[in-house]
Amino acid sequence: MLGDREKIMATELYNKLIELIIVQAEELNEGLKIQIDVAAGENAALFGEGGVLKSIELVNLIVAVEQAVEDEFNVFLTLADEKAMSQKKSPFRTIGALAAYIEKRMQEES
Amino acid sequence: MTTSFGNDGITSHNSAPVTLITGTSRGIGRFLANHYLEQGHKVIGCSRKPADWIHPNYEHHIADVAQESDVKQVLKAVRTNHGRLDNLINNAGIAAMNHFLLTPTSVVEKVFNTNVVGTFLFCRESARLMKKNNFGRIVNFSTVAVPLKLEGEAVYAASKAAVICLTQVAAREFAEFGITVNAVGPTPIKTDLIAGVSEEKIEALLNRQAIPRFGTFEDVANVIDFFLKKESSFITGQVVMLGGV
Repeated sequence: MLGDREKIMATELYNKLIELIIVQAEELNEGLKIQIDVAAGENAALFGEGGVLKSIELVNLIVAVEQAVEDEFNVFLTLADEKAMSQKKSPFRTIGALAAYIEKRMQEES
Repeated sequence: MTTSFGNDGITSHNSAPVTLITGTSRGIGRFLANHYLEQGHKVIGCSRKPADWIHPNYEHHIADVAQESDVKQVLKAVRTNHGRLDNLINNAGIAAMNHFLLTPTSVVEKVFNTNVVGTFLFCRESARLMKKNNFGRIVNFSTVAVPLKLEGEAVYAASKAAVICLTQVAAREFAEFGITVNAVGPTPIKTDLIAGVSEEKIEALLNRQAIPRFGTFEDVANVIDFFLKKESSFITGQVVMLGGV
């Protein structure tokens, strides 16, 4: 039972993170020639294969997302660390992958 | 007060500059805090101890500059209370003087944590806030001990050489955000930092400068004033050593 409840809470957090990342992506999009397809939601490609962001644009997105996470949850995360780099699949490939990675990191922190 | 800032004047606002200075409880940090308060800045300062002075436009935070969580808390407060940051003066630093062969590893770690890690953390966290306005001025502290290669100051000078490198690389990486990053290299000034150094050593050191006298807080402030000017938008990655070193 507890496992199920945890799963539901995690899903809520995941959805919240998707919304949070989309808000930041929309803001970033204003300055982008090739924009993040925010309408695709969690499947929107960010960086790497099929991604739309240049590396500096990804830096800007990560900084904005870290700050939004800090504001929303009062959690300080440094996302682009060695943990992120050592993942088999990059956590920066899609909005969903990024949300899942932040969720995982937040659970590790708490 | 009307201030116009920004990359080619794109960003402008009608409020006092917000200036963050580390190590403001005493010495040059305290002097600089007052210096910029007198110029109408809103000044945020920090040190490991509480400040024993107050000013209506000054707020003090107790923070260890080498602790990431402390630095993040300071910048969070700046963001919450002011919404932006115009200037960062990375003054906090510690010195250590000892023969290379007698220098404990703990001293190396302490000096590098404060001087290098502290400078790095404040640059990183401040630039994140500054980039929102596409404007920022960062001034780091090096020392003439780097070009003079002073004996007995291997660790201190090495840490301050690292600050120069951080400054010059950050200058390139932050340029696109309208943020300049420069450094000042003071000569010996009569502060606590040189309290333990013998008179002969200081005398010998001063004699290696083109202008052989102690530096003053005003000498340092003068260079920082120049770096902070809005007209200095084309000055970045520079290190100004005082005293003609």
